[in-house]
Amino acid sequence: MEELGWILLEALIKALVIFTLILLAAATLVYIERKFSAFIQNRIGPNRAGPKGLLQPFADVLKLFMKEDIVPDAANKNLHRLAPIISLGVAIAVYAVIPLGSSFELAGRTIYMGVAPNVNIGILFILAMTSVGVYGITLAGWSSNNKYSLLGGLRSSAQMISYELSMGLAIMGVIMVSGSLNLNDIVIHQSGWKWNVLLQPLGFIIFLVSAFAETNRTPFDLPEAEPELVGGYNTEYTGMKFGMFFLAEYGNMATSSALIATLYLGGWQLPFNPEWVGLQEGSVWLALAQFASIVIKILLLSCFFIWVRWTVPRFRYDQLMNLGWRVLLPLALLNVIATGAVMFLI
Amino acid sequence: MSLTFIFFTVLAILAIASAIVTITARNPVISALSLVFHFFMLAGLYLTLNAQFIAAIQILVYAGAIMVLVIFVIMLLNLGDEEKLKEKFNLRKVIAVLLASVLIIQFFLIYLLTRSGKIEIAENTAKLSTVQSIGQVLFSEYLLPFEAIGLLLLAAIIGAIVLAKRKLT
Repeated sequence: MEELGWILLEALIKALVIFTLILLAAATLVYIERKFSAFIQNRIGPNRAGPKGLLQPFADVLKLFMKEDIVPDAANKNLHRLAPIISLGVAIAVYAVIPLGSSFELAGRTIYMGVAPNVNIGILFILAMTSVGVYGITLAGWSSNNKYSLLGGLRSSAQMISYELSMGLAIMGVIMVSGSLNLNDIVIHQSGWKWNVLLQPLGFIIFLVSAFAETNRTPFDLPEAEPELVGGYNTEYTGMKFGMFFLAEYGNMATSSALIATLYLGGWQLPFNPEWVGLQEGSVWLALAQFASIVIKILLLSCFFIWVRWTVPRFRYDQLMNLGWRVLLPLALLNVIATGAVMFLI
Repeated sequence: MSLTFIFFTVLAILAIASAIVTITARNPVISALSLVFHFFMLAGLYLTLNAQFIAAIQILVYAGAIMVLVIFVIMLLNLGDEEKLKEKFNLRKVIAVLLASVLIIQFFLIYLLTRSGKIEIAENTAKLSTVQSIGQVLFSEYLLPFEAIGLLLLAAIIGAIVLAKRKLT
C-alpha cells in the first residue's frame, strides 16, 4: 500500500508539472506568435507590457479573466460551458504519454520523464484523444445557436475526420519501422541519428500537413475563417471561455510539435553521444539535458507552425477536401506499402 | 478493497448512469453525448481487465468516429426535444421484455456459476488482449476471415459512394 501511495504521488507531481509547463508554453507561444507575425509584417508588435512586451500574454490572460462572461440567450447553456473544457482537456491529456526524457534514479526509484511514457498503447491513446478533440469544437459551434458558429463547427469536424485517416496511416509507417506502439520504445529506436524523418520522409510530410489540419491552423483554419464566418466556432464565446479555446489552440500546437518531435525527430535523444560531455546513463543531469533537447525541438517546430501561418494563405474548402482525400490519403497508403516492401526485402 | 475494485465500482456506476441518461434524455444531443461518456467508462472497465487495445479502440472507433458522425447528423437535422408519445401495448414491447429477461437470467447464471467455480475464467485472458497477440492471431489463424471482412467493408464503402453520388431526379 505504501508503494501505491508513492506511485500516486509521483503521478500527481508529474501531472502538475506538465500542466504548468503546457500553460507556460501556451503563453510563450502567444508571445512568440505576436512578435513573429509583427516581424513578418514589418511591425514592432507588443512592446508595452514589461521589457520587450514579455508580459503581454499575462496581461492578456488577466484581461480575459476580468471580462464579462456572456452566454447567448438561445444557447444550450450546459454544452456551451462544456465545449471549451473538452478542447483544452484533450490538448493537455495527450501529454500523458509523451516521453520527455529517459529515466533517472532518485532515492532508489526509477523515475520516468512523463506521466506514463511506457504505456504499451501510447500511439493509440494519442489517436483516440485527437479524435475526441472534435467534440469540443463541434459542440461549441452547435450549442452557441448561431449559424456561423455551426458552420465553423461542422467544417472543423469534417476536416478533422478527413485528416485523421492520413495521420493514422502516416504513423503506421513509424510503427512498422520501430515495431512498437510504445512511444518511449520509438524514441529509443531512433538513437544515434536514426531519426524516423530520414527513414520515413514521405510519412513525415504527410504527418506534418495532417497535424496542421488537426490543429486548425492556417492554411487549414477554415473553422475560424474570419471573413466568411465572423469568427467561426468561438464567435459566441467571451472572457475566459474564449481564453480556454485560445489556450487550447496553442496547447494543440505544442502537442502536435511534441508528437512530430517524438515520432520523427528523435524525441528526447540528444544530437550527440551524451558520454562525450560526461553525462552518465540514469543521472538527473542527463534526464534534464534530454528534456531540454525535446523542449528545443518543440519550440522550433512551433515556430515553424507560426512561420507557415503568417506566410501561406488559407485554402478553399474544396481544395482542403481534395488535398485530404485525393492526395494525402493515397500517398499515405503508398507510404505504408513502400515501407512494407522495403522491410520485406531487407 | 483493492484499487481495481474501487476503479471498477466507480466506472460501473458511472457507466450505468450514463446509459440510463442516454435512453431517457429528451434532447438528442445530450443523449448522444452521454453515450460517448458511457463509451469512455467502458474503456476504463476494459483497462481494469488489462485489455488496453480494446479500450483504446473503443474510444478511437466508437467515441471518436461513429459518435462524431451521429452528432454531426443530429446537429444538421436541428432536432428539438423529443415529445412524449403515448405508446400502446404491442407485440414489440412483449418481445423486448422477453429478450431483456433472458439477458438478465443469463447474467445471473454466469455470475452464480463462476462463483461456485463451475466455470473458470481462462488463465491467459489477460495476455490475449495486448496488441501483439491480437495482431498475431488476426494475421495468422484468422487471416482469411480478416481479409473477407476487409473486402466486405470496401464493398460497403464503394456502395455508399455510389448511392451518395446518384443524382436526384
